[in-house]
Amino acid sequence: MSRLRTLVLLPLLASLGSCSMVVMNPSGDVAAQQRDLLVVSTALMLIVIIPVMALTIFFAWRYRQSNREARYEPDWDHSTHLELVIWAVPLLIIICLGAVTWMGTHLLDPYRPIGRVAAGKSLTLGARPLEVEVVALDWKWLFIYPEYGVAAINELAAPVDRPITFRITSASVMNSFYVPALAGQIYAMPGMETKLHAVINKSGDYEGFSANYSGAGFSGMRFAFHGLNDADFQAWVAKAKDGGGKLDRSSYLELERPSENEPARRYASVQSDLYKAILNMCVEPGKMCMSEMTQIDARGGLGLAGIYNTVPLLYDKFTRRGTVFGPAPSYVASICTTEQALAAATNAAQPALPTTFTPILGAGLQRPTPMSIRLPSRSATGAFRSPFNS
Amino acid sequence: MFDNPALLKAIFGRLTLESLPLHEPIVVATFVVVALGGITLVGALSFFRLWGYLWREWFTSVDHKRIGVMYMVLGIVMLLRGFSDAIMMRLQQAMAFGGSEGYLNSHHYDQIFTAHGVIMIFFVAMPLVTGLMNFVVPLQIGARDVSFPFLNNFSFWMTAGGAVIVMMSLFVGEFARTGWLAYPPLSGIGYSPDVGVDYYIWALQVAGVGTLLSGVNLVCTIVKMRAPGMTMMRMPIFTWTALCTNVLIVAAFPVLTAVLALLSLDRYVGTNFFTNDFGGNPMMYVNLIWIWGHPEVYILILPAFGIFSEVTSTFCGKRLFGYTSMVYATIVITILSYLVWLHHFFTMGSGASVNSFFGITTMIISIPTGAKIFNWLFTMYRGRIRFELPMMWTVAFMLTFTVGGMTGVLLAVPPADFVLHNSLFLVAHFHNVIIGGVLFGLFAGISYWFPKAFGFRLDPFWGKMSFWFWVVGFWFAFMPLYVLGLMGVTRRLRVFDDPSLQIWFIIAAFGAFLILLGIVSFLIQIFVSVRRREQLRDDTGDPWDGRTLEWATASPPPAYNFAFTPVIHDGDAWADMKQRGYQRPLTGFRDIHMPRNTGAGVILAGLSVVLAVALIWYIWWLAIVSFVALIGYAIAHTFNYDRDFHIASGDVTHVEDERTRLLAANTQAG
Repeated sequence: MSRLRTLVLLPLLASLGSCSMVVMNPSGDVAAQQRDLLVVSTALMLIVIIPVMALTIFFAWRYRQSNREARYEPDWDHSTHLELVIWAVPLLIIICLGAVTWMGTHLLDPYRPIGRVAAGKSLTLGARPLEVEVVALDWKWLFIYPEYGVAAINELAAPVDRPITFRITSASVMNSFYVPALAGQIYAMPGMETKLHAVINKSGDYEGFSANYSGAGFSGMRFAFHGLNDADFQAWVAKAKDGGGKLDRSSYLELERPSENEPARRYASVQSDLYKAILNMCVEPGKMCMSEMTQIDARGGLGLAGIYNTVPLLYDKFTRRGTVFGPAPSYVASICTTEQALAAATNAAQPALPTTFTPILGAGLQRPTPMSIRLPSRSATGAFRSPFNS
Repeated sequence: MFDNPALLKAIFGRLTLESLPLHEPIVVATFVVVALGGITLVGALSFFRLWGYLWREWFTSVDHKRIGVMYMVLGIVMLLRGFSDAIMMRLQQAMAFGGSEGYLNSHHYDQIFTAHGVIMIFFVAMPLVTGLMNFVVPLQIGARDVSFPFLNNFSFWMTAGGAVIVMMSLFVGEFARTGWLAYPPLSGIGYSPDVGVDYYIWALQVAGVGTLLSGVNLVCTIVKMRAPGMTMMRMPIFTWTALCTNVLIVAAFPVLTAVLALLSLDRYVGTNFFTNDFGGNPMMYVNLIWIWGHPEVYILILPAFGIFSEVTSTFCGKRLFGYTSMVYATIVITILSYLVWLHHFFTMGSGASVNSFFGITTMIISIPTGAKIFNWLFTMYRGRIRFELPMMWTVAFMLTFTVGGMTGVLLAVPPADFVLHNSLFLVAHFHNVIIGGVLFGLFAGISYWFPKAFGFRLDPFWGKMSFWFWVVGFWFAFMPLYVLGLMGVTRRLRVFDDPSLQIWFIIAAFGAFLILLGIVSFLIQIFVSVRRREQLRDDTGDPWDGRTLEWATASPPPAYNFAFTPVIHDGDAWADMKQRGYQRPLTGFRDIHMPRNTGAGVILAGLSVVLAVALIWYIWWLAIVSFVALIGYAIAHTFNYDRDFHIASGDVTHVEDERTRLLAANTQAG
């Protein structure tokens, strides 16, 4: 049986060598370190896995019923020494693996700027990383290069050996931004931003895609990732600037509509605050940005006035947003002028204050700053001072 | 009258003729086959006048053994549906290369992978596990039935009701196109306005009631109804795992109910728990559903571990090695299973410390699990192993599961997870542990306890065919997926560009075909065994030289399980009784107090299904009527005082004398 299995496995192993296992053979330093971790962990576990599998086969064969040579001890059911070994050996391995995990997780944290370009190759002092803003759309990827003012659909390019900082969000549902040759994936989530730091070490054409199912067009949500040398990258940017149109709020709203299998294309210019607006879900004119909303809320909120500060939804890229028993679809209207903001604040009821002012204490908790600074200040008239006034 | 759209809408909600998927030839063909099969079945049942029998003896039965068998039947029927989905996916992925779209459009394919996951977890694995626990646990602890027999019947029918709702979505409307956990915002009303997600929600809510109540029931049974002398540390190990599993069910399923209720509120009344706007956050859903979802994995695997322990000890003719450490390992796993949920979404972007914490807790679970594997290993050591079918499944499990465990620990290392998350490597991993662990365990359990349930063994030849097809098929179907995962291929893709991947998908499809043969062999095995039941009959009640209490009584056990409640002096109660020359009592039988059958479970579950369908299709009048009927009937049922009866001592004597005669005949023949 085991010989048979080896025979079956041989051609598989042979083809393993030839096929392109991008995860095991990546071209970016971060992905390479993740691969190393994979190999180390596997090796650590094989210390216990191989003996277990071998012993299973050996015991199964040795203590088969027909083998009357083997010892039979029906009441032997305990051995403190053995118990010690079977709990201690996995424990020791997990302690090693745990240490490796703790270090690896912190060193390869996608939020942490990378510390080197490649093994034995440190960062050039003062070199700015390439910033790329990534937006997952239904069902295509938008990449914005704020440094160059260009953007591309389903096409990503980066110079070799220059650190890249991705800021990632989604316009609709959850996706996962993943270029296996470059670095591990991270979710793209609506209204939230994730970051990924990476670097590509070899020039070449790689594949990127969404690694989290996002609806009908998910299979076609692929993009090309070009690792280019500096000159080629400059040429790529120049080509983008030559051809292609302008990406502003209105053309973005067109782009945002669901479409499948979009061919790669580029935009010569991008409205500068577009990514911020997408992240804060306020590309549509008249919609309040999440960042404003959280600022207002942090200072006590608009109170009841906030409830009325909504506007019926006119434009909707979804099939239907309203629910059968719910209110009509609407959104929070933006506060455009200081007067409006003041009016909203005056209309607001007394902001709720905590009933007790004792500082919250506990292990690891910072002592709160004095209340006078954190509380919304009041002018002599009792009106709420607008956060926008300062 | 029928051209008034407002009236039609008031009567039928959003159900129209267009809701029937008449434009999908595959679905229509399936419907024709299912309808023909259904008509044949109904016709046969009517022809042989079996409806009355089924209703009286099975559907309304509160006997834990019959309910257990019904759970098993439900699980096996749903396995056929879930597996059809699997093989359709494998075919699509093997075909859709080089510009080919395959044979499934995304609307259909996305439903299939969602339905496959939902059905396999909720309506195959859960009923099979619950069914075995239901059947075995009261027998193992020497009880006459579970604590709440009617509740048990009701739980089963709620689970079956959930299955009915899922099956209905195949032919009326559509199922969710979201993946099996229905992450918002994709499952929200904006992106999934159709009935699919509502089918998903209500199927799980209805079945969830059943699962939760059955969990309460079994916890109570194990805690309160053990035979005298059976202390906690003398409980059979399967009962221990069943206890831990049901504690997990009781603690975890309310979370699922709550999170689905919140999603329903988002979908029905426009709240914003998980929406993008108005302060909602979809990641709250992801956290909550995995707080249920991870314990769910252990809900499935712990009873399988229990089965392997029983089987190993029985077929090695030996006490289980390290009973105490086995029990503590189970308890540790139970507790730790609540501390690891975040490992399902390391890629959400939590900080490194959070990720490492959850990564390391996950790895820690492998310590008690490893201890269990070693315990089975040392139970085999110096044993005398009989390679009957259950033991073959156990050895296959030990070889397969260790690989799955290893890849699981790999995925628990966050940076490694960043490159493998959502890939086919992950898909291979969880099939490796669920098929190699849960399913192999269930097959071991089925062939182990089948003679107890029916009084004859399963045919070994077809059982071995099924075994080899399943095991070899498993390796062929999932090893290529590990490789594809390392090649950076992600899950749930419908079409592929890279032609070099195709060969791996073809191998995987071949593996799925072998598994198909395994399932067919299993069905043939049951058919052949029923045909050959006289040759395979076991009159002793103890065909495997068992060690636990269920083997002390007749096969199939009488309605009252044990004429006298046994008294326990040792962990392996029945082995101990046999060793000390136990004599069956032959006289002095008394009347036995038993619960009476009731149709209330069927009716309540039926009304729940109607309510669910009404809510799915927005048929408000029907929802109100069925809800009122549901509450009204439940209250009315509490006034039914005719709930119990006594089996007369004469009848008990009659049954026990028959067993005495069979045992005597058997001894002479032997």
